[in-house]
Amino acid sequence: MKTDIVLAGVGGQGILSIAATIGMAATKDNLNIKQAEVHGMSQRGGAVLSHMRISEKEIASDLIPEGYADLILSVEPMESLRYLPFLNANGWIVANSTPYINIPDYPDIKRILGEIEQHANHILIDADHIAKEIGSPKSSNIVMLGAASPFINIPFESFLEGIKLIFGKKGDKVVNDNIAALHAGKSFSEKHSVKN
Amino acid sequence: MQKLPLLGAEAIAQGAIDGGMSGIYAYPGTPSTEITEYVQINKTAKERKIHSRWSTNEKTAMEAALGMSYAGKRAMVCMKHVGLNVAADAFMNSAITGVNGGLLVTVADDPSMHSSQNEQDSRYYGKFAMIPTLEPSNQQEAYEMAYHGFELSEKYQTPVLIRITTRLAHSRAAVGRHDVKNENKLVLPQDPKQFILLPSIARGRYKNLLGNQANFLLSSEESVYNQYFEGKDKSMGIIACGISYNYLKENFRDEDIAYPVLKIGQYPIPKSKIEKIANECNKLLILEEGYPLIEEMIKGYLANGIKVNGRLDGTLPRDGELNPTIVAKSLGLSGTKTFDIPDFLANRPPMLCQGCGHADTYNALNIALNNYGKGRVFSDIGCYTLGALPPFETIDSCVDMGASITMAKGAADAGLIPAVAFIGDSTFTHSGITGLIDAVKEKSHVTIIIADNFTTAMTGGQESSATGKIEDICQGIGVEPEHIRIFVPLKKNMDEMVRIFKEEMAYEGVSVVIPRRECIQTLAKRKKEAKKKILN
Repeated sequence: MKTDIVLAGVGGQGILSIAATIGMAATKDNLNIKQAEVHGMSQRGGAVLSHMRISEKEIASDLIPEGYADLILSVEPMESLRYLPFLNANGWIVANSTPYINIPDYPDIKRILGEIEQHANHILIDADHIAKEIGSPKSSNIVMLGAASPFINIPFESFLEGIKLIFGKKGDKVVNDNIAALHAGKSFSEKHSVKN
Repeated sequence: MQKLPLLGAEAIAQGAIDGGMSGIYAYPGTPSTEITEYVQINKTAKERKIHSRWSTNEKTAMEAALGMSYAGKRAMVCMKHVGLNVAADAFMNSAITGVNGGLLVTVADDPSMHSSQNEQDSRYYGKFAMIPTLEPSNQQEAYEMAYHGFELSEKYQTPVLIRITTRLAHSRAAVGRHDVKNENKLVLPQDPKQFILLPSIARGRYKNLLGNQANFLLSSEESVYNQYFEGKDKSMGIIACGISYNYLKENFRDEDIAYPVLKIGQYPIPKSKIEKIANECNKLLILEEGYPLIEEMIKGYLANGIKVNGRLDGTLPRDGELNPTIVAKSLGLSGTKTFDIPDFLANRPPMLCQGCGHADTYNALNIALNNYGKGRVFSDIGCYTLGALPPFETIDSCVDMGASITMAKGAADAGLIPAVAFIGDSTFTHSGITGLIDAVKEKSHVTIIIADNFTTAMTGGQESSATGKIEDICQGIGVEPEHIRIFVPLKKNMDEMVRIFKEEMAYEGVSVVIPRRECIQTLAKRKKEAKKKILN
């Protein structure tokens, strides 16, 4: 069993904290991980990605080969499409529907969402809206992780453990907010993950 | 001991701490920064008071590490690849002096130039200096090479180069640890003249280095990092260096690799193993992350030996980093790509943060430059290099640390008057001061903008050696006090900023203008930490 995940977003959107939570959950389950991060110049508002590989077996490459990713988890809709060559034929796109527009030539959002919807296996989720609804607007990242959790070969309980470990220092309220966000994302996915 | 999930850079730091290091010296630079940052917050390092404060540049770092080695203790210096150019004088000569305490020079290369001006391959520096070079393929090896590297260095009394690349430096995996070793005791070199490179002594030291080459080769032949894997299919032999070995393995996953494979992690390259693979195979494929160092050596200028495929004949791209997909193609394996990138996507290049002081400064400078025309702003290495991109398009050069001031001076000498230099506070103390001395000495008509945000921002906000000292440094060098001007780069101060720029550009001598406002990233971090303190 393995899950190869491309994490995508814009510098500053915090994809590294999603990666840290997945990494913690995978370690809890004694799975091997490799996670290639982006540091440096591109973190300044540019496109960023992280390759996250989880497996029962030893993992050779830090980078996912083209056509091998099981999941693209993107906190920004256009960024999910930038890494499509990594996705395998049955892979899932889980993308936030709220665009992050910091460039003058951002394409028509309808066209972007249309492209994602064309894809057989996709979840488009307004994570920002859901995070606000549950009273935890800062947890939209974890809503995204919750939405992606059914497609990652790690038991859901391990994600809960991961959140407790990562956010524990910030107090019970932050932990509970993030757990609520994780559940909200997951239940959205379960309702919407019917294959086209 | 429990395994730790570490970046390659962090694994090197942990290996060095566990290996008995007494000090680490560095100037921040992607992708090497995390090595020193890890030591700065590590518990054992704190308890042992391992030196970890930032140096002013890579040369001062290299020399301080050599000084610690002179005193018998184990030291590491680390930098990005282009930093080794700055430290090269000290580095090359450290190979001649040799070491007393173990000395590891860790250099992080950046193929594909994710955050750099070039993609030079530091293994050439190892060969140039004729010292052993280690190149880990994964995080565990990165740990081992730092941990055991000190012994290698002390055994042969030589500095040892550890070369990593961006992908390994910034990729995380679980790393197992060894017992923590004691630090060395303070002890002077046995030979009191070892470090005196007077010609008469240096000649002897150089002969000593040449004599050591056979030992370095022997060590490489016996190295656990240079492994030969037998293969049945002798139609091709594969030599894979560093991280490229992982990309090779990835392409075979659960199967054994049919071809003989020589994995290389220690240099000079192991001659007998190279001979073996060349003798038993019909041709060679060489996988190297970086320049074709081994490929050139084996192929030779006349290329009249065994057939060699690699970066030179187009089997692999000549530039850029490798990845599993590129390596698959070089093996003749078919691609597995299913989907393409839609053609309507827009690029999203990095940009200055919302509210950054550099943005206000560039807006003002663009207005002030209207009288003179474009093509006269020489910039430097830092966040402000993004001033080359829209909407600013203010700067006309970015070459190396400190080049803004000296290039402006040279252009002014040629008659491009006024010439403007744009440099950050940390880059100024790194390599700008000497250039300013040249300009002052000749009263060059240059306007030097030292954008002071109190930090080394691009690499994540490390301490800047310039903080609180810039005016004193400039005055001490001889810049006239009335031509050292300071303002706060904010939109509301636009008129003042433009006026100061105009006045100083009109002055026929050296002016220094200091836009001064804290980096908004470090400001946010500071506020957050202050809030946390109050809550606690």
